[in-house]
Amino acid sequence: MAASITMHDQKQSQRKVLKKKSVRYFQESSEKEESTSIQKSEEHGEIKKLNQVAEKNAERDDSTDDRRKRSKDPFEGPAKVSPQKMKKYSRGERMGRNLEGRTAQHRFNLKRSEQRYELAAKQAARAELLLPEDAGQVLRIPISNLKQHSFLEVGEGSDTYDVRQSEITESVDIGSAAKRFELTLNQFGPYRMDYTRNGRFLALAGKMGHLTAFDWVSKQLLFEINVMETITDVQWLHVETMMAVAQKKWLYMYDNTGTELHCIKSMSSVLRMSFLPYHFLLAAATNYGALQYLDVSMGKMVSEIKTKQGRLDVMAQNPQNAVIHLGHTDVNCWQYNLCTCCVLSLFDRYMATSGIDRTIKIYDLRTYKPLQSYRVAHGANELRFSQRGLLAGASNNIVEIFKDSCTIAQDKPYMVHRLKNPISDLDFCPYEDVLGIGHSNGYSSLLVPGSGEPNFDALEVNPFMTKKQRKEAEVKSLLEKIQPELITLDPNKIGEVDRVTFQQREEDRRVLFLLLFHVGTAVSPG
Amino acid sequence: MEIRNDLPQFYFVEVFFSCFQSLLLSSNRSACSAINTRLQPRPFCKSEEKRMNIKVKVLSRNPDDYLRETKHDIHRLPRNYDPTLHPFEANREYTRALNATKLDRIFAKPFLGALDGHSDSVQCMSKHPKSLSTLLSGSCDGQVKVWNLATRKCVRTLNAHRGFVRGITVDRNCEYILTVGNDQTIKQWGMEPAASRELEEPVNTIIGKTVFTSIDHHWKDPVYATCGQQVDLWDTSRADPVRSFTWGTDSIQSVKFNPVETNILASCTQDRHIVLYDTREVTPLRKLTLAMRTNTVAWNPMEAFIFTAANEDYQLYTFDMRRLDEAICVHRDHVSAVIDVDYSPTGKEFVTGSFDKSIRIFPTTESRSRYILCGSDEMNIRIWKASASEKLGKLDKREESTVEYSNKLREKFAHHPQVRRIARHRHVPRSIYHETKIIKEQLTSRKRKETNRRKNNKPESIPVVPIKKKAIVVKWNELLTGEMWLLLVLHGIYIQSWEQDRFNKGLLVEVNPEMHTSY
Repeated sequence: MAASITMHDQKQSQRKVLKKKSVRYFQESSEKEESTSIQKSEEHGEIKKLNQVAEKNAERDDSTDDRRKRSKDPFEGPAKVSPQKMKKYSRGERMGRNLEGRTAQHRFNLKRSEQRYELAAKQAARAELLLPEDAGQVLRIPISNLKQHSFLEVGEGSDTYDVRQSEITESVDIGSAAKRFELTLNQFGPYRMDYTRNGRFLALAGKMGHLTAFDWVSKQLLFEINVMETITDVQWLHVETMMAVAQKKWLYMYDNTGTELHCIKSMSSVLRMSFLPYHFLLAAATNYGALQYLDVSMGKMVSEIKTKQGRLDVMAQNPQNAVIHLGHTDVNCWQYNLCTCCVLSLFDRYMATSGIDRTIKIYDLRTYKPLQSYRVAHGANELRFSQRGLLAGASNNIVEIFKDSCTIAQDKPYMVHRLKNPISDLDFCPYEDVLGIGHSNGYSSLLVPGSGEPNFDALEVNPFMTKKQRKEAEVKSLLEKIQPELITLDPNKIGEVDRVTFQQREEDRRVLFLLLFHVGTAVSPG
Repeated sequence: MEIRNDLPQFYFVEVFFSCFQSLLLSSNRSACSAINTRLQPRPFCKSEEKRMNIKVKVLSRNPDDYLRETKHDIHRLPRNYDPTLHPFEANREYTRALNATKLDRIFAKPFLGALDGHSDSVQCMSKHPKSLSTLLSGSCDGQVKVWNLATRKCVRTLNAHRGFVRGITVDRNCEYILTVGNDQTIKQWGMEPAASRELEEPVNTIIGKTVFTSIDHHWKDPVYATCGQQVDLWDTSRADPVRSFTWGTDSIQSVKFNPVETNILASCTQDRHIVLYDTREVTPLRKLTLAMRTNTVAWNPMEAFIFTAANEDYQLYTFDMRRLDEAICVHRDHVSAVIDVDYSPTGKEFVTGSFDKSIRIFPTTESRSRYILCGSDEMNIRIWKASASEKLGKLDKREESTVEYSNKLREKFAHHPQVRRIARHRHVPRSIYHETKIIKEQLTSRKRKETNRRKNNKPESIPVVPIKKKAIVVKWNELLTGEMWLLLVLHGIYIQSWEQDRFNKGLLVEVNPEMHTSY
């Protein structure tokens, strides 16, 4: 029947149907047939039949309406965003109904800005879909169900503590396998090490004065010198062109060709250093118990805090609020202008400490209370959190890496690695699944799947940065240098309304008013 | 298969075991059985099935996904909005806001150029209703000049009047220029300059009885208004006024048409009044008496009922025409009498000039200004930018978004002390600086005195008059005869009872209680 009608006719008939109340642009075949039948009947001029068909058609229309109601689009509207994701990206809670006593204009403005914040959070959450990389992981899979196992299913026997580095390197691609290497430097050890913020470059400093920096991925050497003095620590500054080296006597700065840039004599016998990249502050803990802050953008000592706790060689920085934690016999938190153990490290809102009692303890920084406690073989002498929260602890020559150690009590480590020599320093490489270990016989680079943040933000830190981009980013970050006075335990304080001061002022005003009123009534005779 | 010695000791047994386990599968079982029995697995090694294959996924970025292909491409910048990767959000925003505020001050170069050519002080100016680049100015020596703002050159010079040119206006069809001067004439000039170089003559001249002090053209109709001893309405095609308004006796110094409600007209008189008229009515609409004289009024081009009065008491008052019993806003920052005021076309801001030789820009809803510049009574016209740090010309898309972002940040952190201090800081001339200090002292002194009086009197015996009402003396709803007015002025002592009487009749609405004493 349909075949007999010309194209023109079909169009006409469709137009007729479209004119009707229920407009459907994707017409079903039955409907099409019906409309064509109308057309045909018109051609023959059978008015009666037409009327009947029209009635029938009206019925059909109703029924299609019902069908549409029943078969509703299951994915109607924009995709829903899970509340967990929304929580991750949201900037605080809504004001809700706490808007009394404000003008209508004020309420309107607040409501509008809240809507904008919510939209921003929603869009940021949606943008997660676009992230190009997934985090690394390692799984043990029983041979029996090897074939059907995918990465997404974590099945039985997912213990990974006995996976060896050799096994990992065998099962990854060549590029990643090249990231597992050993450097034998047996003359000037033990070595301290530091990765740049973007994880491209590595500085190694031997205690006997050997100082070297190189692109550890391409193994391209930047420079190699001997400072002919004891080196206690090495720290990259905001870019890969400058590094601070704590030597026996003073603190020195070198550039990426090994040229000495500065000798900072006001900072002597420094044991540990930490750099605050957003504040351009180099925090140094000294042998005689002082915590010093050097503003590297101005070359000025900003602050010196005499902790009176003796030798300070345990130091960690909270990357979320730039508070420096020092270890003595209890942990002290030091802000720029105002908290012992052996080693400590920080992640999110957790702090890990380790002492000579052979335990690693996890503290919650909101309550300052211990959450977990792990026993390790020897007392861990180095601890480090990775970007995704893996905790590496080095005790003598063994590195143990724990996963989810803060929230859940783990009975087994995630990975274990044993070296021949005692470990002197360790650090996770940012944005890579690599753990670098400095030891008395050089340096080894381990593959730790799942340690690095898979997706970097190029406007923040970019491992693939060109020279020009680096220069521009440096200027930009210097312009946005946060003043040291702004270091507080809660870094978002400055963006909030100071209710306390306001309430105090209101209270003062009220008291003053009452006072005046009473004076007024006391003086007036009537 | 060799035993790795780089694994931790306490896993040694297990590793040993598992290594051989895999060997067992392929080779001789009996050879290894001894070892198997000797070495026991650690308790957490679950079963022999544990010898499993591993699946590893390590981060491995392909540089091709992150680097641009050719140098003609733009750089690839992958983003991740995870808040943990963006620490110190608030602090960094604050720093950006602070920098934006500082840069705003650094790039504040408001002066654009001067129009030089008048040989005496400039008395009045007028905008062209249609051409943005045309400006008309009249000087004290009777000359009128037409300027091209784009080239900053004088296009045309008219020797219009003998003595001062008091006012210039252009009709809405842009056919005529109308000028009034001290020589008691209204002169009408063609918009196009005369073809020959000879002295230009006016198209039409109307000789009045008194000096015309100001002129303004209706925004739609071919009607214009002049003022002097009375407000006159003129039709462009007639030589006599269509209508004349008087209320009070003293002379009127300025008259302005409402640009939206085009039939409404406001004038200010020498004897401290602001009078509103409707061109369709015979008598004036309303009158407002302020404590001191108003020099000019300006209508808000966006909100029909709003006008701002430039007063001699160093302040400006923004009124709603429908509610004249209190000002909407009192704008105070000048340290001398305010001479002139004009609204921006957006109606969000207005600019004021004062005897303290400063020009200030006020937001319509705020009492504080941003000072832009200092002038002098030299014989030129200067052109200034309304927002001093703004870049002229078209902005790049990225530039525009940066400007928007920094403006938003400045708005967000506007109340932080540092930001506020930098945004408000201006180097003002010494005279203004000292005068400001003196005025501040006077105000605190007055306030102190009032508080003391209030403390030492019966409660509520001294009413609290808000600043918005303070300057308003009387609000008149209807025309009073000259006699009544005289009575009021000369026998101010009777105002109370008289006012009561008028009030009952619904003529006089409000008299400021504080101002009784000034009568």
